[in-house]
Amino acid sequence: MKFGIVTFPGSNCDYDTMRAVVDVLGEEGVYLWHKDRDLQGADVVVLPGGFSYGDYLRPGAIARFSPIMSEVIAHARRGAPLVCICNGFQIACEAGLLPGALLRNQTLQFISSPVTMRVENAMTMFTSAYQPGQRITMPVAHGDGRYTADCAILDELEGEGRVVLRYIDTAGEATALANPNGAERNIAGIVNEQGNVFGLMPHPERAMDDLLGSCDGVGIFQSLLSVVPV
Amino acid sequence: MTPYRVSVHITPRRGILDPQGKAVEGALHSLGFERVSSVRVGRHIVIDTNAENEEAAVASVTAMCQRLLANPVIEDFEIESAGAT
Repeated sequence: MKFGIVTFPGSNCDYDTMRAVVDVLGEEGVYLWHKDRDLQGADVVVLPGGFSYGDYLRPGAIARFSPIMSEVIAHARRGAPLVCICNGFQIACEAGLLPGALLRNQTLQFISSPVTMRVENAMTMFTSAYQPGQRITMPVAHGDGRYTADCAILDELEGEGRVVLRYIDTAGEATALANPNGAERNIAGIVNEQGNVFGLMPHPERAMDDLLGSCDGVGIFQSLLSVVPV
Repeated sequence: MTPYRVSVHITPRRGILDPQGKAVEGALHSLGFERVSSVRVGRHIVIDTNAENEEAAVASVTAMCQRLLANPVIEDFEIESAGAT
């Protein structure tokens, strides 16, 4: 399977994602420059973490209009998998590929720390390698991760099983204390209506090896390997 | 074409928690400005643009707000024209 990893000016997780795909999974990876208009035959596209365009205006607001994005949007509209990590999640919301928005963390502080989450839906193309309800740990590193949407959209996400990852505490409860950024309903990751666009604040590409504290991120990439390319 | 100056005021939408506004509100209260009942911190953008007339300048900045400058999910915007420059 071929993974296309978009590099915007200010992306800083593109290299880690490449390492995850090529060195850990043994799959093919290609960097996609933001000014290009060609996905180079990628089956899966990843919008990686970072600070595209310095987070000017709002995180993701300017990257969303990069030339490559029209191809990325066409890829998503076709039903092909798109993984949007951290800044990628912010870009996808700005582009209207996912509902809602990511606001400044409630504490106003940048958070860099491992977080525990529950896999709320293990039937998506991004989470099929996990057990339903599995507890996983990955790092977060963001200043703007407070997921927000209006109540109707939140209810719709919950009702359709589109809340995929939720922050929980050690007892397995989605408490305010377990919520690193003040996200509505402890939401850490969601999918779009078609289920082919996944946005998440934690970094699976930084949780690929026990030496680095966790290999719980492997499942996200592993799940995608069983997806039939479109 | 005439040069116009148009200002855009962007604020977090009502009902959306604005921790920055809350922090400023708390600081104002502790300075003795107890009558302050709400603070919201936003962004002020000044745009110089050429247009046929003031109405066209404002219409163009409105389109800019809708497409890029404000995110309607989380922000409100107000446009104020300073007229021809």
